[in-house]
Amino acid sequence: MRIHCPHCGTRDHTEFSYGGDATVTRPPLEDGDIDRWHAAVFLRPNPKGIHREYWHHALGCRSWLIVERDTLTHRISATRLAGSDEGAGS
Amino acid sequence: MTARSHRLPEGGRIDRSRTLSFLFDGQSYLGHPGDTLASALLANGVRVVGRSFKLHRPRGVFAYGVNEPNALVTLGTGVDGEANVRATMIELRQGLVAHSQNRWPSLAFDVMGVNDWFKSAFAAGFYYKTFMGPAKKSWMTYEPWIRRAAGLGRSGTGSDSRRYGRRNITTDVLVVGGGPAGLAAACAAGRMGVRVLLVEQQPELGGSLLEDREGSAAASFVDMMEQELAGLDTVRVLKRTTVFGAYDHGVFGLVERPSPEAAPAAGERFIVVRSRAAVVATGALERHVPFGDNDRPGIMLASAARTYLNRYGVLCGRRVVVFTTNDHAYPAALDLAAAGATVSIIDPRPGPGPAMKAAVERAGVGLLSGHVVAEARGRAGVQSVLVAGYDAARGGTQPVWFELPADLVCVSGGYDPQVHLTSQLGGKAVWSDAAASFCSARQVGDAWASGAVTGVMSTTEVIADGLAQGRAAAIAAGGRGDPGGLRVSADLAASESPAAMMPLWDVPPPPSFRRRRKRFIDLQNDVSQSDVALAAREGYVSVEHMKRYTTLGMGTDQGKVANVVGLANLAAVTERAIADVGTTTYRPPYTPISVGALAGLETGQHSTPLRRTSLDLLHEAAGAVFVDAGHWRRPWYYPLKGETIDEAYRREALAVRTTVGMVDVSTLGKIDVQGPDTATFLDRIYVNAMSTLKVGRVRYGVMLRDDGLVLDDGTVARLGDAHFLVTTTTAEAGKVMSHLEGLLATVWPDLKVHVASVTDQWAAIAVAGPRALALLQDAAGARAAWLSDLPHMGLADGVIDGLPVRAHRVSFSGERAYELFVPSGYAAALWRRLAGSGGRHGLTLYGTEAMATLRIEKGHVAGNEIDGRMTLGDLGLAGLAKPGRHFIGSALMRREALMAPERPALVGLVPIDRGQRVRQGAILQPAGGPHEGHGLGHVSSTTFSPILGHYIALGFVAGGSARMGGQVDACSPVHGETVRCEVVSPKFYDPTGARLHA
Repeated sequence: MRIHCPHCGTRDHTEFSYGGDATVTRPPLEDGDIDRWHAAVFLRPNPKGIHREYWHHALGCRSWLIVERDTLTHRISATRLAGSDEGAGS
Repeated sequence: MTARSHRLPEGGRIDRSRTLSFLFDGQSYLGHPGDTLASALLANGVRVVGRSFKLHRPRGVFAYGVNEPNALVTLGTGVDGEANVRATMIELRQGLVAHSQNRWPSLAFDVMGVNDWFKSAFAAGFYYKTFMGPAKKSWMTYEPWIRRAAGLGRSGTGSDSRRYGRRNITTDVLVVGGGPAGLAAACAAGRMGVRVLLVEQQPELGGSLLEDREGSAAASFVDMMEQELAGLDTVRVLKRTTVFGAYDHGVFGLVERPSPEAAPAAGERFIVVRSRAAVVATGALERHVPFGDNDRPGIMLASAARTYLNRYGVLCGRRVVVFTTNDHAYPAALDLAAAGATVSIIDPRPGPGPAMKAAVERAGVGLLSGHVVAEARGRAGVQSVLVAGYDAARGGTQPVWFELPADLVCVSGGYDPQVHLTSQLGGKAVWSDAAASFCSARQVGDAWASGAVTGVMSTTEVIADGLAQGRAAAIAAGGRGDPGGLRVSADLAASESPAAMMPLWDVPPPPSFRRRRKRFIDLQNDVSQSDVALAAREGYVSVEHMKRYTTLGMGTDQGKVANVVGLANLAAVTERAIADVGTTTYRPPYTPISVGALAGLETGQHSTPLRRTSLDLLHEAAGAVFVDAGHWRRPWYYPLKGETIDEAYRREALAVRTTVGMVDVSTLGKIDVQGPDTATFLDRIYVNAMSTLKVGRVRYGVMLRDDGLVLDDGTVARLGDAHFLVTTTTAEAGKVMSHLEGLLATVWPDLKVHVASVTDQWAAIAVAGPRALALLQDAAGARAAWLSDLPHMGLADGVIDGLPVRAHRVSFSGERAYELFVPSGYAAALWRRLAGSGGRHGLTLYGTEAMATLRIEKGHVAGNEIDGRMTLGDLGLAGLAKPGRHFIGSALMRREALMAPERPALVGLVPIDRGQRVRQGAILQPAGGPHEGHGLGHVSSTTFSPILGHYIALGFVAGGSARMGGQVDACSPVHGETVRCEVVSPKFYDPTGARLHA
């Protein structure tokens, strides 16, 4: 796989590490509800098709990216920096 | 042509001006440049080249390329000997040495050939049923014998002396395959101005066109295309290179074989190609038809016999039977007849197309339509075939048969498109009735399949398709314009008007045959039609199960000749359509790659980077013995002359307790955290609050994961209001850094905090022991007040002998201790200065072994305890997390199972018999038994405590401190030891911490 990093350009996936599901809503820390936390930490829908996920450019600029990837074809439709709308597009 | 030689006096693409000598099984033979080992052996009349995998039947060359199932040899000798190399892929070179495999004591007489007499016993699943069934233990007894009896070649042991290269190539269009489709595609794309990389696994371009005679229209087309491509500066050609894997986003894995001209030390080269688009023109390979004893030497694919004749000038037999279900094998018959062989064609169909029929009549080749070859005779080489009538309507053999002498049998059951690469990309291969095989998807993402791989078999159509798909790929890669056409000779088209092929997957023996011979489907794995039928009877009707039960399609050839025949037979016995049976999953590699090529130059010390601290040279000079800690190498202990490790670490640890010791702790992870929200951030990631930490103070802290288990521990130093230095353990430094970056980027992007790893920027030296301060004062001279005044868990910046130093007064050993942080470039100077002042204070250098002893004596947890499965409570650290505080993991750490009182928790262990030692990893069981199952817990760390004079251990035992004063047995089945221990506090030494202020 090749992933487009908004800072570094398109790079081999070996420079990145998978950072988990980016569609999960984490409860706030103040929320002590075990079930809600259990769902956020352990339960995953495992979708077929477009999926939003985090990738960490660990051997590059060390940015965390949100990557939209089709789990069926591995086609990447968009990448952007996590926590911002910067770098949107493929 | 002598009696021994099958080489014709002229013809072929070999260089007859030079002669090469080579050794096969110790016997010397001659060949020419351009030969493969297979063609040279055939030219020398060597029919038997190996013994089969299970049954040890004699086998000969069957194919001419990557699909060869039989002719596997060991190339070279000694450590560089390479096992299971296909003789058809070995280019001949002067002095080549090869050995046949799987025979003992010799190829001609193989003791294990008795397996063949008992072949009914070696049916599919034989080993499982016999040795893994009720009498499971017998597997242990027989395994070594079985592994010796069934198998292929053996690799040399020891270090491979060859050099394997690595290369990266970026291109616009990758064209896989240098046959007619690939040549046309590369030409089209190259003309459209994009960079093209054309990859061909043979030493020459041309693909199937090279099967044809010299001077033929096919050969002229290849010459024309070579010139055309040479004139395009956009096109690069790689020969001897196989594209073995297709990966996402235009990435392909290639392996390039060294040319016979290369230095003998040259190994394969692994190439990664990154492309914008690809044309997959991998073509189709001929398959065979199973009939009785169809594995006899002298039986080969029609395309192979034709190639050996036309390309290598080798006539493999003089009395030839061509058994074919399609018109594509007819040119082989014609060429063999033209070379002087007596040829008969056996065709189950009513006959070939009209053009072929006329050509056969002109050439005087016998043609018997409506018949099949039902059995071959001749053990060490085919001598005759039994021919019977074939009832196409019923799908069976007629009872009447006759014997036909033959020393070469050419088989053709049609062609199988090499759909591997497009299948690897996710394009499902689709069954085609016309091609009677699985054909590639036309397009998968930015890869276009072209030519025979899609089921197109006519050469002119293949060339036209190559141009079209080359154009499509070029457009996707940014190419422009019109590629134009190619001059294709009318002769190339003239030979094409084939009659439909007949799918024929098995030739059952005529009802009149008394003996049933094996009808092999997979020659390499000795899998026959009856094995597939047996698998189906026993319920292995899924193609993936059948493959694993029978081993059909495994091995070095991965069933390139056998797979579709096997699927068709499975379909027949389970009464399904072949399309419904489907294929097994295609995975890389397409052909075998040497492990050396994958490793490349990253072997030995280059296999993983070595991290050295800035004090490494000083440790070496001090005679340190090193130990690997992740990528770091750290001093393990510093032996005095003649000292063992046990003597050394005990001396070092005792010195810290009695005088002073110094240890390099530069490998600690160090993370600089800055920004106005830093205190808030640290409050959220540590179980204990950090916002209450005063500037100039240091605090121990523990981080949890989201799931409530402990991630890591370390210290937090507050350097300023909005500036902290976090230390992590050596092992988890990278993980913690990613964790913090991830939280800031994804969970709390609103926090104004920046983290930076400063592990390499700062060296760290810990000075510990009752004389630590005295030593530092000595080294710092008149300006030592900043050290004398430093309270426990305080930090200060100062100068020691002109060097800028930050001191943290923290202790891992339990003694008064200072962690001195110094810019890496000053570390050696500081170390030397301290060592220089150390003599009169009894300074001892200590390594990781003594460091472990000291922390175990204090009950401080480390990586052995924080193993990713522990809660705060398990580690005895529950008190750190104040109720009501919220931090990462605070919700899920309260899960019921994590709060259970019977969870194993940290305790100290002391052997009742003080002379005994406790083993790390020992299982803790109830004292006196029963010693069963997982027991009560385990021993995590052990050491001899020189200050206490006996072994001590840390461990986890169910109930934890509730068992204090009780006894457990520490059982180490590996050592056959059981040691009765008393459960004590993990704080073995100085439980009140008085010595921190000593």
